[in-house]
Amino acid sequence: MYKILKYSIYDLLRSRWSYVYFFFYLALGFVLLFLNNDVSKAVITLMNIIIVLTPLIGTIFGVMYYYNSKEFTELLLAQPIKRNKIFMGQYLGIALSLTLSLVLGLGIPFLAYGIFKSSAIFDFGLLLVTGSFLNFIFVALAFNIALSNENKIKGFGYAILLWLFLAVIYDGLFIISLLVFNDYPLDKFSLIATMFNPIDLSRILILLKLDISALLGYTGAIFKQFFGTNLGLFSSIFALSLWVIFPVFRINRKLKKKDF
Amino acid sequence: MIKIENLHKKFGKLTVLDGLDLDIKSGGIFAILGPNGSGKTTLIKCLLGMVIPNSGEIIYDDENILHKWQYRNKINYLPQIANFPANLTVNELLKMVKNLRPKASNAKELISMFGVESFLSKKLGNLSGGTKQKINIILTFMFDSDLIILDEPTTGLDPISLIQLKKIIQQEKAKGKTILITTHIMSLVNEIADEIVFLLDGKIYFKGSVDMLKKQTKQTDLEHAIANLMVKENV
Repeated sequence: MYKILKYSIYDLLRSRWSYVYFFFYLALGFVLLFLNNDVSKAVITLMNIIIVLTPLIGTIFGVMYYYNSKEFTELLLAQPIKRNKIFMGQYLGIALSLTLSLVLGLGIPFLAYGIFKSSAIFDFGLLLVTGSFLNFIFVALAFNIALSNENKIKGFGYAILLWLFLAVIYDGLFIISLLVFNDYPLDKFSLIATMFNPIDLSRILILLKLDISALLGYTGAIFKQFFGTNLGLFSSIFALSLWVIFPVFRINRKLKKKDF
Repeated sequence: MIKIENLHKKFGKLTVLDGLDLDIKSGGIFAILGPNGSGKTTLIKCLLGMVIPNSGEIIYDDENILHKWQYRNKINYLPQIANFPANLTVNELLKMVKNLRPKASNAKELISMFGVESFLSKKLGNLSGGTKQKINIILTFMFDSDLIILDEPTTGLDPISLIQLKKIIQQEKAKGKTILITTHIMSLVNEIADEIVFLLDGKIYFKGSVDMLKKQTKQTDLEHAIANLMVKENV
């Protein structure tokens, strides 16, 4: 697996897209910091971007890489190496190189600004951790979609739909359900519904750490009670881990029966 | 050397291999022929463990190879389409594949044979289709294995490289290797194949030498003999 991982990282780190992605975050970090002149505010703006952008780039990169390297994967499949090692190597290669672009791209401007002297260091760290989680989650989901669809166009379509659903539609349904069932106690429901969407989960995790939950009203108070504590932090990181583990598990299961 | 028994494979409703039996003795060049969609590639991919058959057995060197992977160290495979990671150099690719196989390799001789020395430090994404196919061939032949599987090896090759390829195939045969080739180019079959395996509707329809085939179909040249085989079944 490490052999495959090594070379897929070699390949990806030299790809133009990795640089574009890296420079995008770099520019974004510098611009936000020097316009806002305040680390906490910059973190909030960044969160709004990261939470939508990393899943999108992760899904598209994952699907694109799978279909692009299809022939090469066939060559690898004919080598004396287990199937799941090939795909796990490629999966980790993509997820790690995207994470590297994110962490370096944002890390450099914040370091230059003096993040270590700021009180927002923990918030910024949490932002990078959830961003990385989102990379690993959505690349894994993208691999699941690509493995299940021989047809490239269909695969891309489902991948975009998945992103659209989790980033936009899910929230819409969530809000509608809150309005419709306004008369019932909804705090448990909303807490659980949040767990089922990694994007929402990351957003709320960061928002509540940033201590602006007062803006969120009653539900915000409940959420603060849960997410604001260490228990909440750990259980949401646990939920994010499950979001990585289950798709990866399914990739491995799917591979056992797949024909190439 | 290879013994395939009662191999079945369906893709959805489409039956591709339908109780195929095949016995291949060690040594010689075997041409696997058949019309488009007759299951040639599927057969090869079953042998390599890329396609998992619904039922049946494949024995290679006295070992049942289904769901195993170590045995692939004893097979060299040339895939139909050559496409490599665009940002790796040729050298890195060679190193990577060597890394994956725990056995000796000799790429140098092949590199000079195909005249690709000047491409070694170039990125694979910048190479032409023909050069990629040459790299593909080098990757296949740089290891010493008893079984060599070539899937449409001539695609995109210039005449000089084609001659080189035929030369390598003959050299490998002289070393006592078993070589399986699928192709649609009958002149190549006529020139190098010792035996023909003809697939039709997922079964072996004919297996024997070129002369036997000509005799059986009462044709004088191979192209017509093969056409005759296809037509006979269709009537």
